[in-house]
Amino acid sequence: MTLMTMVVKMASGLEKTCAIFFLTLLFALPLGMAVAMMRGSKIKIISGIAGFFISILRGTPLMLQLIAVTYGPYYLFGVSVSRNKLIPVVVAFAINYAAYFAEIYRGGIESMPVGQYEAAQVLGYSKLQTFVKIILPQVIRRILPSMTNEIVTLVKDTSMAFTVSYQEMFTIGKQIANSETSFVPFLVAGVFYYVFNAVVSFAMRRVEKAMSYYKM
Amino acid sequence: MSILKMTNIQKSFGDHHVLKDISLHVDKGEVVSIIGPSGSGKSTLLRCATFLEKIDSGTITYDGKNAAETVNGKCVYAKKLNDFRSIFGLVFQNFNLFPHYSVLKNMMDAPVSVMKRDKKEVEAECLALLDKMGLRDRADAYPYQLSGGQQQRVSIVRALAMNPEILFFDEPTSALDPELTGEVLKVIKQLAEEKMTMVIVTHEMSFARAVSDRVIFMDGGVIVEQGEPEAVFGNTQSERMKQFLQNYNNI
Repeated sequence: MTLMTMVVKMASGLEKTCAIFFLTLLFALPLGMAVAMMRGSKIKIISGIAGFFISILRGTPLMLQLIAVTYGPYYLFGVSVSRNKLIPVVVAFAINYAAYFAEIYRGGIESMPVGQYEAAQVLGYSKLQTFVKIILPQVIRRILPSMTNEIVTLVKDTSMAFTVSYQEMFTIGKQIANSETSFVPFLVAGVFYYVFNAVVSFAMRRVEKAMSYYKM
Repeated sequence: MSILKMTNIQKSFGDHHVLKDISLHVDKGEVVSIIGPSGSGKSTLLRCATFLEKIDSGTITYDGKNAAETVNGKCVYAKKLNDFRSIFGLVFQNFNLFPHYSVLKNMMDAPVSVMKRDKKEVEAECLALLDKMGLRDRADAYPYQLSGGQQQRVSIVRALAMNPEILFFDEPTSALDPELTGEVLKVIKQLAEEKMTMVIVTHEMSFARAVSDRVIFMDGGVIVEQGEPEAVFGNTQSERMKQFLQNYNNI
């Protein structure tokens, strides 16, 4: 197999790699906020549940979670494993990343000086207005560097989908590497991830720059 | 009629009894300074008046309406506290401006999004206020671009933009360099001349003496002495007050 054929074959899996990446962000970003809110709840049971959720998802390998979500339903309930593995893969990624995002959000929210809440309260802002208009914009600004870190990791983590044979770029590359007994597909995969992350880093830098019109 | 009336206010933090049966009233147009040593409960009193702390018992009345009252030994707050919040403004020691909003947005946002007032109208009012305070050219600046004195002046105009009937100041110059203190005190003095009703917690003794209609000296959670500034500063009967003032003069 020529290098060109390998590249074309692997590139055909990039669509699925991107699907994991974008769908995970789409679901994990808001889900993480919900978990962060629960974690910070004054009601002990709710914050306890969120804490347990986070500890499980951060304390066990993503690979294991992928396998559990994809094949768990079959072993537990006899539900046949669906042909389209995108759903279980995205579910596993989204809940895993939500746990990490939740901790980043929580750190950001807790780092906000109490004076911002008090000023808003005295001016008559409702709790929701205070959060949406005053707190959240500043929290986002503060956590962007940690979020960039996490998102860059997500790009590379999409390769984990090979454990459940989801036909994304790395899975295809691994199959070619096996059948051709070649190391080249791994090099190609490395280049793909590197370029992907260069784009992600560039985009995040632009966002950070756009938000740095003020200082805290 | 008194704008603010606080009666038999009790407040504890755990075992620490901070306010011991404090009663206080502020009339329209009056400038009241609250002085006293650190930990005497001055700031807590202000924070209770502005609902940042909940009182344990007592009554808080604004314009004759109860914001908080004690029924059968239980303190109950009014359901619509925001109706009361529109009566007062509070200027914090460390400004608490919103760093992501420009000066103008800091002022305009609450009148527009909380009081649902017309944006154009609010903008015109705010610009006029900035003009008056000599801050017109800083309208589009962000708080980090301002000096401490300017930031505090902006936080004063932010409070004024809500058209409060009474303005509270919680040690408004304590976070400022001595050099910047003057410009903030000047603004407060200007407001006093315009008969703005104000309660000022401060350590600036000579300022309190010059600007106030009434001075309240607090210590250990009680009001030790109050009266016209000349009587309190010049001819106090209280030993504790004498000692406090002496410590000040010795510095």
